[in-house]
Order: sequence, then C-alpha cells, then structure tokens
Amino acid sequence: MRKKYLVLTLTLIVALAMALTGCASGGSSGSSSSAAGKTLIFGRGADTTSLDPAAVTDGESFRVTQNVFDTLVSYDYSKQSTNVIPSLATSWTITNGGKTYTFKLRKGVKFQDGTDFNAQAVVFNFDRWMNGKASGQFAYFPSMFGGYKGDPGLVIQNVTASDANTVVFDLTRPSAPFLKNLAMSPFAISSPAAIKKYGKNYGTTAAVGTGAYVFKSWKRNDTITLTKNKSYWKSGFPKLDTLVFKVIPDNSARLNALKNGEIDMMDGVNPSDVSGLKGNNQLQVYYRPPMNVAYLGFNVTMKPFDNPKVRQALNMAVDKQGIIKAFYNGQAQAATNPMPPSLLGYDNSITPYPYDLTAAKKLLADAGYPNGFSTTLYTMANPRDYMPEPQNVAQSIQSTFGKIGVKVNIVTVEWSSYIDKLMKGGIPMYIMGWTGDNGDPDNFLYTLLDKDSIGSNNFSFYSNDQLHNILISAQSQTNDAQRVALYNQAQVILHNDAPWVPLVYAKPVLVGKSTITGYKPSPTGTEPFENISIK
Amino acid sequence: MLSYSIKRVLMLIPVLLGMTLIVFAIIHAIPGNPALTILGTKATPEAIQNLNRSLGLDQPWYIQYFTYLKHILSGDLGTSIQTNTPIANQIWPHLAATIELSFVAMIIAVVVGINAGIISAWKKNSVLDYTAMIVALIGVSMPIFWLGLLEQWAFSVKLNWLPSIGRMDIISNVQPITNLYLIDTLLEGQLDQFWMVLRHLILPSIALATIPTAIIARMTRSSMLEVLKSDYIRTAKAKGQRMFWIVYKYALKNAFIPILTVIGLQTGLLLGGAILTETIFGWPGIGLYIYNAIQYRDYPVIQSGILVIAFIFVMVNFIVDLLYGLIDPRIKYR
Repeated sequence: MRKKYLVLTLTLIVALAMALTGCASGGSSGSSSSAAGKTLIFGRGADTTSLDPAAVTDGESFRVTQNVFDTLVSYDYSKQSTNVIPSLATSWTITNGGKTYTFKLRKGVKFQDGTDFNAQAVVFNFDRWMNGKASGQFAYFPSMFGGYKGDPGLVIQNVTASDANTVVFDLTRPSAPFLKNLAMSPFAISSPAAIKKYGKNYGTTAAVGTGAYVFKSWKRNDTITLTKNKSYWKSGFPKLDTLVFKVIPDNSARLNALKNGEIDMMDGVNPSDVSGLKGNNQLQVYYRPPMNVAYLGFNVTMKPFDNPKVRQALNMAVDKQGIIKAFYNGQAQAATNPMPPSLLGYDNSITPYPYDLTAAKKLLADAGYPNGFSTTLYTMANPRDYMPEPQNVAQSIQSTFGKIGVKVNIVTVEWSSYIDKLMKGGIPMYIMGWTGDNGDPDNFLYTLLDKDSIGSNNFSFYSNDQLHNILISAQSQTNDAQRVALYNQAQVILHNDAPWVPLVYAKPVLVGKSTITGYKPSPTGTEPFENISIK
Repeated sequence: MLSYSIKRVLMLIPVLLGMTLIVFAIIHAIPGNPALTILGTKATPEAIQNLNRSLGLDQPWYIQYFTYLKHILSGDLGTSIQTNTPIANQIWPHLAATIELSFVAMIIAVVVGINAGIISAWKKNSVLDYTAMIVALIGVSMPIFWLGLLEQWAFSVKLNWLPSIGRMDIISNVQPITNLYLIDTLLEGQLDQFWMVLRHLILPSIALATIPTAIIARMTRSSMLEVLKSDYIRTAKAKGQRMFWIVYKYALKNAFIPILTVIGLQTGLLLGGAILTETIFGWPGIGLYIYNAIQYRDYPVIQSGILVIAFIFVMVNFIVDLLYGLIDPRIKYR
C-alpha cells in the first residue's frame, strides 16, 4: 500500500517540473541593452501586409515602412503637425499658376543597397505607380492623385528629371493637397535597382529605401526586425541600433507583456486600462493628437432621415460627454464638425448642437414625428482607433434616442463585411469614423461627404451641389486664406444640413517604458522612430 | 493490417474532397469582399474592381472552385491574396509553431489527465476524487482567453517567473531549421536557447492543455471504474497483487481504448483550436494565420489552411485506429 503514494508523486513531479523551469532563470527578457545594442520592441495588434509602401493602405504596414523609406517632403513630425517640411527634396518652387512643382533634391543620398538616390529614381517610382492600373496595385495612388495614367482625374500630367537633382511635376490643374500627398508614407521612394532585382518579391523579401533603418528580417505574424542605417543622410540618427515590431493580437495580453518588460512600447491600449497605469512609474502614457472623427451617419435618402429637421433633432439627442467619459476614459474631444480641429480651415465659430432632449423632442414633433419612430442602427464589431468600443457607444445612443421616442434596433457587423454593406447602401443609421491620410481638410470633407464620393466613402449618400462647388473650388485654390474661407462655408452647410452626428475626435493611446525618450506620436497615425531612444 | 491501412488511406480522398467543398461553400457564403478588405476604405471603386478581376473573384463560383481544386491536386496550395506570396512557403512555420505548442500541451494533458482520472477511480468517492473531478469540471468550462490572461498576470507580471508572450525572447536568434524550436535549438547544440524556448512554452501550453486534461481525466475515471469492477481485477486483488500494479498495469490497459479515442480527438481539436491561446500569447501559429486570413477574406489561405488542418486531424485519428490493435490484440483489422 505504501506505493500508492507513487501515484501522487507522479503528479507532483509534473507540477514541480513546471515550477522549477519557472524559477531556474527568473526574470524576463530584458530588451533595452544587449548584444544587439540599443533595441526597442514595439508591440502591436496585427502584422504588416507588405513592406512595399505603395502597395498597401494599412497603418500597420506604414508603421514599419516609414522607418525604412523617406518621402520627397515630410510632415513636421517633431512638432506633431502635418505641415510640410523638406526631406529628400531640400526645396521646391511652385510656378505656372500652381501647375508646376520643381523640387531640388538632396545631394549625396544613397539607397540602402548602395545605389544613388537621384531625380531618375523619383521619376522611376512615380512611373511605376502611375502605371499600376492593369495590376490593380498601388491602390492608394489613384485615391490621392485622382487616378492612374490614362484616367481623366489624374492630377499629375508628367514627372520629369530636368537634371540629376531636379524633378519637375506638371499638373493638369492646381491641386491644394498636392504637397501634403507627397509627404504620405505610401509615396516613399524605393530603390529602382531593388525593385528590378526582386520583382514580384519586392516588399516581401526585400525593401530598400533611404530611411533611418534597414530591413533585416520578417517572421510572419510574429516579428519584423530593422537595424540602424549607418549611412543615413541625417547624421547622428537614428538613435537606436535595432527596432523590432512584434505582433500580439490581444490588447490586454500586449499590456501584460509590456508590464513584464518583454516589449518596450505598444499601441492599442484599451481606454479602460489607462486609469490602471496611473502611478506606475515604470511606464508612460502617450496620446496621439487626433486626426480622426467618429460619427453617427444617417442615410439621407431614406425616410425619415431625408428630413433635415429629424437629423438636427437627433443631433441634440446624443450624450457625447457621457460617451467620452464612459468609453474613451475621458481622452477624446466632443466633435462639432466633420473634420478635426487641428486641420486647416476648421470652423471654430460653429456652435455645437446642445445635448437637449426636450428641444430634440420638440423639433422631432415639428418634423412630424411627435411619437418618434423605429429604426435600425448598424455598428462594427471590431474596435477602431477612433472607436474603441463601438457596441457600447451604439447602446448609449440607443438609450438616449429612446428617451425622445426613437426606438433603435442595433445590428452589429464584422468589419470586413461592414464597409461592403455601407457602400451598397440601404442602411438607415450607422456608426463609422475616418482617420485622415494627409492632414488636409479635403481629405475629410470631399472624401466623406461630397456627392462624388457616393459609392465609396460617402455612406450617407449625401448630395449637395452647393457644397460640391465649394469643395471643388477649394481643391484647386492654393491660397490658404481663401481655402479657409471656403472650408468654413462648407462646414456651416454641413452643420445645418446635419447628414451626420459628429461624435468625437479620439486621441489614440500608446504606452511605453519610462526609459524611452524622444517619442512624439504623429497625428497621421504612424511616425518615423529616428528620434526615439531608450536608456 | 497493411490492406486495412491502404483502404483507410484511400478513404481519405473523398473525405478531403468533401472538406474542400464545404470550406469553399462556407467562406463564399460569408459576406465581405476580399478586394475591398485588402484595399480598405481608401481605395477607389475602380481599383477594387480591378483587383477583383485579377484575383479571379469575378468568375462564377464553380469555376473558382475547380481552378482551386486543380491547383490543390497539382500540389499547389495557392497564393495569399493579402500578401501575394505562396501559401506553401508560409504555412509550415505557422503549422510548426502550433504543432510544437499542441504537442507539449498534449503531453501535459495526457500525463495529468490520466493520472487524475486513475486516482479518482481508485479512490472513488473520496475527497481526492471529488477534488479532481471538480477541478476537471472547472477546467472544461474555463474560458481559455481568461485563463491565459490570468496566467500572464500571475506568473509574468506579478511573480516575474515566466515570459508571457511569443515562442522565444524577441531579440534572441534561434535559427529555424525545422521550425520546431525545441528541436532546432538542440540541433544547434544551444542548451540555453532550448531552455528559453521551453520556458516560453509553459504558460500557453498549460492554457491550451486545460480542456483536454479535464476531458481525459473524466474519461479515464469512468473507463477505469468500469474495468475495476471486473472479475479479473477481483482475482488479482485476491491473489494479493499490489494495488498500484493492478491499477496501472492490468486495469489501465483494458481501460485505455476509450481514453485513446479521446486523446486522438483532442489532439486534432487542439491543432485547429489553438487560436485563442495563440491570440493571447502572441503565438504565430496556424490558428492565428487562418484567423487573420478570415479577417482579410484571404480565401486561398483559409481554404488551404483548413485543408491542412483537416488532413492532420484525419491522419491523427487514423494513427489512433492503428494503435488500438497494438494495445488490444483482440482487435483485428480487415
């Protein structure tokens, strides 16, 4: 009978083995200083799609390519603004009534494969993108520049190298957002030699730019490793030796990994976890300046939302402050206009609709709905940067609408099907949002609410000719003061017509170790890591 | 036995063929358009149409299906829509990650589960029995993502004993040979790296092992209880055999057939069901690979990924069927 304890021992051995492996070499993988030099590990929710910046549209791809590549001109990342400053181009002149841009390029810059960066390389890259129509590749290019070669909308007539260090862009018409578009990470300059050498595999096995870091390795759904570009043209930069991007899909698990010191920095923090970080002197919290808007949209072609009074009434029945407090941990700004305040031409003089249920009910009665009505509200299942808890926000709207007699039935749709559904129409009311691409007001007002955008991002099917004329003339206006005046007019129209309830401008949260210095999150959603260092 | 094996292998063909059809039907039934998902809201409608055309998604479904089948039969798993790279190159590193994780989890589940079940049956209606079975009940009903986060919080954040994420330290350089890192580190003779990889396996494999451990424990208990009642056990007891030998040698062998069935089923389920564990522990396995593909509507990856998992599932159960004969000589294969 004595040996019956053997059974127990067996189980105990297993347990002990577990415990021992744990104690054997306790502590976690320190990351900041090691054989690899100064290393920073950035934890994120999803993997990169491709390392060829022109071939992708997702932020997780740009987060990496931004460090490998440079653009002709750059946003002023150190000031966290979307103003344009020199980068690969040192200066430029605008002539011919805003139709000719002449760029002087930085001399002596080399791609990471040793080939020269020059005007020919710039022309090669633009030719490659403009000819992307057949392959369906480079989708971002036509959305920002109006089309591929041969399309009537394409704003670039031709790109020529007038000498080794001068590039001339001839445009078909003046284009106000042109410089800002050039600063966008998809339009970074790749090494022509590398593109030819790797062919179809460019962006998968190789990515060669002029940027601060060199692409080293990519384990799918796991890590991407970049190393310092020792011959980077900005002397003294970058400050890190190695930069690693690690995929950890779950937000809470990622935070656990950060607290355990396995990663140094992360984005995608649940707003509800932020308050738990206060008082933790190992970590610091960053807020990205908002360049987004989350909104509740109405399909203005469907009853009763074809009546502006109904839309105005519902604008008074959303408790934005309550939503911000409950689902953004207070870290968002209540939205008044369809574009965020940091953008050129934001109209401060517009008074937001107050949260006033009595007034809302009265207006609804004026519109012919004294007893309210029933409708359906669609929302996405997946959290977005501008909307961390879409279903809870939908419920909050449902509850306040209920108080003025509007009965709301909520339908939740998974993200990949959601956009498809919204584009097809037939959805009375929906929760959506937009993160800006280039920091230009055109990228919000025209892209989201112009009649030209019906069928793509104008999910409200809102069509207003007066607005259209204003937005079109603002596009070709290069004088800032006049653009401001035009966009102010546009915002007044949109405020009165109320195709949306603008909800919030969200400030996405990032957390990093307190030993990190020099990090400034950019409103564009991604930023180069050349200034960042870690003790 | 040989003819039986051949027959079983031939039977795999209609099973896998049926599998391709079902998977194809399901993924085309879910709404959503891959071109739109890939290009995102930033793309022009024209770009979306172009991509649909170049992906062949504008073809009728049966043409798409037969094109896919033709490729599979010629050994081509297809090309990922999202990343534009051959799936065959990508799938093995992911599959290896999951196999390694599931294998360790299964060892834990088998060792702990069988022993817990035996003790429960042996000490029926004792405190030990009740404890084991209550723990098993909790194990079966435990949400894995919650358990995983709890493990991380306790053993990584608070106690700082074990790493919470990944297959290895992020900046370490394990050279992939087979992509099974436990083996790779040994092949390289890097014992410290082997240790490091093993430490990374502990938390996720325990999380993954919870449900199979509980199921195996419950199955072992009921199967053992039955066997312990039989005459030959009473005879062995009467002869004065040590109880330990009676239980582990005579009883377990006869009780093992249903346990083996459960082990086989659970192994197959783990391979496909590791997705939650992989999400929590940042484990780049096949579950995560397919999950991402579903989000992007990357049809070829979903199809090939599920096909590979189905194949392994069927193979594991085939091996289990063959093992029956080894354990119980009374079972004959025809």
